[in-house]
Amino acid sequence: MKTTETPAPLPAESGAPITKTDVRPPPPVKEKKEGTVLNVFSHGVLVIWAFMVVMPLLWAVMTSFKDDRSIFSSPWSLPDSLHFDNWSRAWTQANMSDYFLNTVLVVGGSLIGTLVLGSMAAYVLARFDFPGNRFIYFLFIGGMSFPIMLALVPLFYVVNNMGLLNTIHGLILVYIAYSLPFTVFFLTAFFRTLPTSIAEAAFVDGASHSRTFFQIMLPMAKPGLISVGIFNFLGQWNQYMLPTVLNTDPDKRVLTQGLVQLAVSQGYKGDWSGLFAGLVMAMLPVLAAYIIFQRQVVQGLTAGALK
Amino acid sequence: MQHGKYRFIVGFLALPLGLYALFVVWPFIQSIYYSFTDWTGLSPEFKMVGFDNYSRMLDDDIFWKSLQHSLLFALLLPVVTIGLALFFAFMINVGGRKRKNGPVITGVRGSSFYKIVYFFPQVLSIAIVALLFAFAYNPDSGALNSLLRGIGLDDVQPLWLGDPDLALWAVMAVLVWSTVGFFVVLFSAGMASIPAEMYEAALLDGANRVTTFFRVTLPLLWDTVQSGWVYMGILALGAESFAVVQIMTTGPGGPDYSTTVMVLYVYQKAFRDGQAAYATTIGVALLVVTLAFAAVVMRLGRRERLEY
Repeated sequence: MKTTETPAPLPAESGAPITKTDVRPPPPVKEKKEGTVLNVFSHGVLVIWAFMVVMPLLWAVMTSFKDDRSIFSSPWSLPDSLHFDNWSRAWTQANMSDYFLNTVLVVGGSLIGTLVLGSMAAYVLARFDFPGNRFIYFLFIGGMSFPIMLALVPLFYVVNNMGLLNTIHGLILVYIAYSLPFTVFFLTAFFRTLPTSIAEAAFVDGASHSRTFFQIMLPMAKPGLISVGIFNFLGQWNQYMLPTVLNTDPDKRVLTQGLVQLAVSQGYKGDWSGLFAGLVMAMLPVLAAYIIFQRQVVQGLTAGALK
Repeated sequence: MQHGKYRFIVGFLALPLGLYALFVVWPFIQSIYYSFTDWTGLSPEFKMVGFDNYSRMLDDDIFWKSLQHSLLFALLLPVVTIGLALFFAFMINVGGRKRKNGPVITGVRGSSFYKIVYFFPQVLSIAIVALLFAFAYNPDSGALNSLLRGIGLDDVQPLWLGDPDLALWAVMAVLVWSTVGFFVVLFSAGMASIPAEMYEAALLDGANRVTTFFRVTLPLLWDTVQSGWVYMGILALGAESFAVVQIMTTGPGGPDYSTTVMVLYVYQKAFRDGQAAYATTIGVALLVVTLAFAAVVMRLGRRERLEY
């Protein structure tokens, strides 16, 4: 990519020197042809990539309905009959139900905690002037660009010493802590955009600072909370690195860990169809939620990068 | 607004800041300290060893391999991903057929469909994506090789993840697959906000679409491209590369260390080999690489901000 190129003078400015060459009328035939060629080309390219995105997913869905023998002998053929038993086997015998439950508990707890603690910190940092405000803000923001793995080595022992290793609540606390940087960054910017007059009026009327926050500012910040909530939900639901390091008890595994473990153990048992059923089971709820809340999800996930 | 202000500030900050300090800031500081010790992680006793870990790291061939791979991830992945995404986003936004009396530049028909589909991988866990592709790459029964057989290429049956020359590329392709859609949607939003008159003016002046892209679209989108670049680079150095390499490759990091990356090496040294102090040393190197990467991209990418 040519990054050093200076930006061309914008076309808007080049309107002035209409002297000699610009008088010629645009050749309409060529223009139209170029448009059509481009159109066919773009559709071609776009369809190919759409195909490349969807095929692996469809392949997984298809495979989850096949028996083990046909998975190996003809990976691309349609299932001869729909083996729903793969799904029930994955759900019960392969502990997918436990993994789901653990994930729901961990993500539910940490999502609420992240939003409450994140908005409290962001509100104070956005609206109040006090010594150390900038320092604390940048301390939070810095967490976004640091390699988490570096902290995870000592963190394992910190968590272990507190007796929180391999517990759901320990994992929740760690998830919250590592979700705070982006949440604080995003919500601080959001609280700054909200009008100050309403909060001041409430304060003059005798509402305390915390009452003003919970009853006036939080409801006003709802759109921002939804965006950052979706961002954190997906991030925490899909989290793999934190539980891999801090959650080594087989009974406490979350979905992503459980599936990876399943892939290792099913390799010995040879129950590939059950594993694919588990994979698809984990994929579908998220994809379904995405299709339903498409606009909000896209907004939530791209919000940070557009800021 | 002075009444009880400081009590309120402390009350609201104490919990989030305390949690953050305990679980994030404090471990970071500790790990830099540990990198100068001989701590194994298995026993609480350790002593200071100065720069021993660092000089050991400089002699460690596997460290150099992991550094090389991590740098490749951080430099190549964003270029390929963002390049592809810009291309697709441009096709979606200006590749449309010209309609009578319509604007000169239009999006392709079904542009929202493409955006929805392209975004699919972004909502899936990278762990699930990695597992899925580990099976697709399986040399005997995987989707890829049987597809090759299906179209008559029986002789072309790569080992993919089993081939030391190919494994790293196979892993990187998965990361490209899973992130392109995010950037397509991001850049599309940016392109949609560029006023149509700019394109019209450029086209009237005789610019073709390629010129229009480099002279109009890209400069106006530059801020987004740059922050996307940093974001992708940090992911490629950290969590995402850990998941794909750890889940997909044999070893993990193999065959023959051909796919090992720094973040995986830190994990293995700390939690598999019981060399926690040495692991934090590599972690510090990863920190330096990450910060240097972000600084270089911000610096190289700095240019005049265009208002429109």
